[in-house]
Amino acid sequence: MTASNELTRLGPAPDQSGTQPLLELRDLDTDIALRRGTVHALDGVDLQVMPGETLGVVGESGSGKTMTALSIMGLLPPGGRVTGGEIRFEGRDLRSLPADEVRRIRGVRMGMVFQDPLTSLNPTMRIGFQVAEPLRVHQGVGKAEARERAIEILRRVGMPRPERIVDNYPHELSGGMRQRVAIAMALVCSPRLLIADEPTTALDVTTQRQILELIDDLKDEFGMAVILVTHDLGVIAGRADRVAVMYAGRVVETAATGELFRSPRHRYTEALMEALPESAIRDDGAHARLYSIPGLPPDLSQPLTGCRFAPRCRYVTAECRTTEVTLSTGPHQHACLHPVPATAPAPLARTAPAAPSADAGGTPPAADDRTAPASAAEPVAASAAKAVAAEPTAAEPAVAPAAGSAVAEPAAAPILSVRGLVKNYPAGGGLWRRSAGQVSAVAGVSFEVRPGETFGLVGESGCGKSTIGRLVVGLETPTAGQIVLDGTDIATLRGRERRRMHRQVQLMFQDSYAAMNPRMRVDAILAEPLEIQQVGNAAARRARIATLLDQVGLSRRALERYPHEFSGGQLQRIGLARSLALQPRLIVGDEPVSALDVSIQAQVLNLMRDLQQELGLAYVFISHDLSVVDYMADRIGVMYLGKLVEVGPAREVVRAARHPYTQALIDAVPTVTPNAEAARSGIAIRGELPSALNPPTGCRFRTRCPFAQEICETEPPLTGGVHQVACHFPLRPESTASTAGSADGVPAVNAVPSAEAAR
Amino acid sequence: MTTLSTAANAQPDTGAPTPGEAAEAPLRGMWRQGLIVFCENRLALVGLGLFVLLAGFCFLGPLFYHTDQVHTDLTQVHLAPGEQGHPLGTDGVGYDQLGRMMLGGQTSIVVGLAAGLLATALGTIWGAVAGFVGGWVDAAMMRVVDAMMSIPSLFLFMLLAAIVTPSVPMLILIIGAFAWLGPARLVRGEALTLRSREYVQAMRAMGGTGARAVRRHIVPNAIGTVIVNATFQVADAILYVAYLSFLGLGVPPPAANWGGMLSDGLADAYSGHWWLLYPPGIAIILIVLACNFIGDGLRDAFEVRLRRR
Repeated sequence: MTASNELTRLGPAPDQSGTQPLLELRDLDTDIALRRGTVHALDGVDLQVMPGETLGVVGESGSGKTMTALSIMGLLPPGGRVTGGEIRFEGRDLRSLPADEVRRIRGVRMGMVFQDPLTSLNPTMRIGFQVAEPLRVHQGVGKAEARERAIEILRRVGMPRPERIVDNYPHELSGGMRQRVAIAMALVCSPRLLIADEPTTALDVTTQRQILELIDDLKDEFGMAVILVTHDLGVIAGRADRVAVMYAGRVVETAATGELFRSPRHRYTEALMEALPESAIRDDGAHARLYSIPGLPPDLSQPLTGCRFAPRCRYVTAECRTTEVTLSTGPHQHACLHPVPATAPAPLARTAPAAPSADAGGTPPAADDRTAPASAAEPVAASAAKAVAAEPTAAEPAVAPAAGSAVAEPAAAPILSVRGLVKNYPAGGGLWRRSAGQVSAVAGVSFEVRPGETFGLVGESGCGKSTIGRLVVGLETPTAGQIVLDGTDIATLRGRERRRMHRQVQLMFQDSYAAMNPRMRVDAILAEPLEIQQVGNAAARRARIATLLDQVGLSRRALERYPHEFSGGQLQRIGLARSLALQPRLIVGDEPVSALDVSIQAQVLNLMRDLQQELGLAYVFISHDLSVVDYMADRIGVMYLGKLVEVGPAREVVRAARHPYTQALIDAVPTVTPNAEAARSGIAIRGELPSALNPPTGCRFRTRCPFAQEICETEPPLTGGVHQVACHFPLRPESTASTAGSADGVPAVNAVPSAEAAR
Repeated sequence: MTTLSTAANAQPDTGAPTPGEAAEAPLRGMWRQGLIVFCENRLALVGLGLFVLLAGFCFLGPLFYHTDQVHTDLTQVHLAPGEQGHPLGTDGVGYDQLGRMMLGGQTSIVVGLAAGLLATALGTIWGAVAGFVGGWVDAAMMRVVDAMMSIPSLFLFMLLAAIVTPSVPMLILIIGAFAWLGPARLVRGEALTLRSREYVQAMRAMGGTGARAVRRHIVPNAIGTVIVNATFQVADAILYVAYLSFLGLGVPPPAANWGGMLSDGLADAYSGHWWLLYPPGIAIILIVLACNFIGDGLRDAFEVRLRRR
């Protein structure tokens, strides 16, 4: 474990070389008995957590990462049971201790934070009571003292006005605040080990950043160890000292974070990193094709032999399928017969040059590690960047021909043109209740989408991006403004015309399972759009459905099955096939890959790009995930509280953001570059999203903006040429000849002081 | 007691042929798949067997076992089981108890089924309209339900019984008029959630109409809940008949029903005439249990996710 200490980057490095591990899992097996068969969720898991260390446990869904956490805490679901191995905590095996003792250890010496802060808090109990409950149970603390201690711990987790919050109920707090309460609850007994199971997955990126920083700070303050369980490699990269990668109920690789991300050894880890959208975006902004891991994880209720990743591995040999592989020894352990050579250049080897430039004399946040080494290459590509979406011309035309066609005829009439779109919802109200006002979901949004183009819409939850999607496909009627589809305002369409309008634009859902009638077989599901639009006869429809299945890469056998028989990625393919059935020209994807694992996400993103190229589709790609949008979109619009704050070519928006909110969003996204300094620098926005019921006047971001001035109380118009921004003090001027000029940070540095000088 | 033992014997009979039939038939079709799942639920099969058995006993029994259930015979009151050719003895006015169980069961089952279905139909329509239309119509319709629920049913039963003469159709109407409130709330909730399901929105985004949403998506998904609820309604209605008769509001003699027989038997509880008390009581318990088991099995059968191939 000395190796891990050498590589520990955080300031107060735990100096425990030679001490015994705080927690050690030895050959842990966990089974879950289900109605049909037993799932061997964990199979021989070995893990060590040193005191004061952050261990990141990363894996896709079903890899056993959550089951590991639950096994340690003894919180397995019904039917779940630890069947073998040891859970040694502070040198004692929890499995052999008496139940009472174990309960006390788990209650006092360990704390757990769950994914969803809403369901992990009791809605009928006041915050203070819940936070202090462990104290009252385990330490017999009295009522008054419990309240004092609750206020104290809430203050330490950064809760504003803790003496008032203690008397509130969970529903009165936002998601981020609730997660702080959950953390306070876990910490109230000053545990030695904090287990955080996807603590930020349900939160927005800017909130996620706050919570991760909080856990980091508290770890040092309390001197505890942390197990950070997550599916997000970026979260791990920025925060963990050591990482354990899990696959199909086993640990396949563990190493110090820097080491693991610099040179992953196991082929699964390598593939996982190549499947990340950010790894496919080259420094010059061009897009490579994502590596997608074929197939699905194995069914853990069946007996498995050999390496469990073998069926999906590029480097598989006959030996892999038959030989049981155990973790190698040493600081960097892996269970792979044909590992990546140790000296191989990492797929994401941008760390070294990036770190100094990020630190260099107050370089503005935009100089994130991607732009810095890219600056040399960028001006070349940038000369052509005046035209919208020009950057793919530098890429292989085969990958992004759609954008290429947009360049070829820049005057092409937009397929979709949204003008001054407004949508208000009445808040509350009912038959005898007075309406509480109006929720301003979308407030004057205008943008255009050209044929064959991908327009990315980014923003945090509640910013109105999904509402725009629903308005565009005609599921909602706008309060004001126009949606012009192919030259026709859809509000003017009635009856038959309106029905035909739906052929032009289709919606793709986040959760395809929810978007399919569970009682309909796939053939009926795919036939439905054709039936509604009365396309062809039965035979023609069958032929069309067969073509669709081929296009999305599913076999014909899928036709006779019900939606519940498919995995998430397959369902998303079926969903895409259904959207394509009517041969639309525009598909609105509302978070189409957000529910998928990284490797499956790559499959779906590749498919969407391939089909775009093949069919000349235009996409409106709605997502909260900036890296996915960056990968998919030609142009990006950033939304905040119902308004579009910035629109421009994807590369410019992401690498040379002009609006402070965009920059904060970019800085908050955890990158797979294991650089703790970078993870903490940049614009961090504080506070909570204001209510859309009563949005701030003028610039809606001004209440959280670090550069806000008096003038921000007046509304800034969306101005600029290709790269527009709605800000009185844009971070940098719109780049003209040199798109990449901002990479060295000079314009931005000028922009910031000028904003301060105006004060 | 007799019914219980015969039911246990009957279970393999009803259970055996169905899996065999399922194995040779192609595993196609919504209904057949549902049937397979239903048959996998042992309790549901027991329930079905029990129900068939009890119904057979009540409706086919009198064809083989002839008794006079019209004329009283005061020479043969309170005969113990087995005496003078009465297998279950006789009651206080000399009716043969076994024959009376058959007759009483007919009333109970007919009223139970009819009232349960009436309540389900009424409640489904009311709740569906409220849920689909929404807005103030929904609010007004559901306040009517709330208002009716707030009136104690016992009070209303007594009031109604004082106004109308109890008869079988009247019993059905009275029970149906009360029992529809539950299904109405249930179906309204179901309609509200189904209406906002993403697959209904997906269909609307394809240009589909409200009629199609109801036909293809909402009805097929709600029908399971409705049918399952109907079986529980039947069980409840049989109990209601028992309550009403127990309160003396049942069908007048010489007609009989299990609830009324139980009520009469209770009067003799301390005279040692157990044969007047236990048979109707056990019969009520068994038929209600049977309905509930069938309901559980149907719930599984309508759950697509439990289906295998």
